Amino acid sequence: MNTVLHKAATRGHANHGWLDTNHTFSFAHYYDPTRTHFGKLRVLNDDFVDGGMGFGTHPHDNMEIISIPLAGDLEHKDSMGNIAVIKQNDVQIMSAGTGIYHSEYNKNKDSKVNFLQIWVFPKQQDITPRYDQITFKPEDRVNKLQQIVSPSKTGEGVWINQDAWFHLGNLKKGFATEYEIKQKGNGVYAFVIEGEVTVGGQKLTKRDGYGVWDIEKFSITADSDAEVLLIEVPMS
Amino acid sequence: MEKMNILVIGRHPKIMETVLRLINGQPGWTAEGALTDEDALVKFNAADFNLVLIGGGVAESSEGRLRKEFEKRNPQVNMIRHYGGGSGLLFNEIEEAIAK
Repeated sequence: MNTVLHKAATRGHANHGWLDTNHTFSFAHYYDPTRTHFGKLRVLNDDFVDGGMGFGTHPHDNMEIISIPLAGDLEHKDSMGNIAVIKQNDVQIMSAGTGIYHSEYNKNKDSKVNFLQIWVFPKQQDITPRYDQITFKPEDRVNKLQQIVSPSKTGEGVWINQDAWFHLGNLKKGFATEYEIKQKGNGVYAFVIEGEVTVGGQKLTKRDGYGVWDIEKFSITADSDAEVLLIEVPMS
Repeated sequence: MEKMNILVIGRHPKIMETVLRLINGQPGWTAEGALTDEDALVKFNAADFNLVLIGGGVAESSEGRLRKEFEKRNPQVNMIRHYGGGSGLLFNEIEEAIAK
């Protein structure tokens, strides 16, 4: 088994006033050559956006971009004509493909929005841009791993143009389970949203990240009530 | 200090505009863009570039052909793929290429 540990406090940090952001991997002006990606997972940003503020219209191409709101509401607009609000328990995905423009704003004027912004390198380049969002039932991830992203168009969760699976778990103290790698050669990056968990023998606290690979399965134990995100991606 | 001169090759005019604006806004870096292979060849032969960024929409066959042509003029040419089409990874990719 190979592992990599990224403690929360070691993440890159930038405070732009309206945006307070933490970068698990190198992003924008934060550059650490030892932290550029975990396999095909390239970006894991933990963004806090002030009320009424946000990311103005800007472009992307050839990237799978997943947004997971943790608190507050995010208003999305894009060049494909999609206008949507995503909130807690929603997951949004964009395949930027040949090119897309979008904006993401905090819909509320008087409270921050906190969301995870995750970028995964695409399996196929230059596909037609695509947008999707799904609302998940929070009760379906209590002491369970709820699949929220899948490479199968008929699978549970939003479809991603990559051999990647994401799961969320809301685990009560003392609950233990195992995660089996779905595709040989993949690794899993565990990100602790809340609480304390032990993943593959490694104790983790809030906003820590821990990657494991060259393994078929690993254990997860909640050391307190905890919420964890598992991101399985190809390692090459 | 001599400027880092970057040739950006892509197919999406608005993304090209954004990438050029971002690079040219950085002290010590300058960039020109090409939306076609033909324009890329003309520009590469007319100036000395330290780095070539290949953006979205450029097929592998185009990249291979351009690499061969560029290497005739500069066997040490540094060509990398730019992902994401904007600000997020752009500076990282350039920093990484410079470090190599």
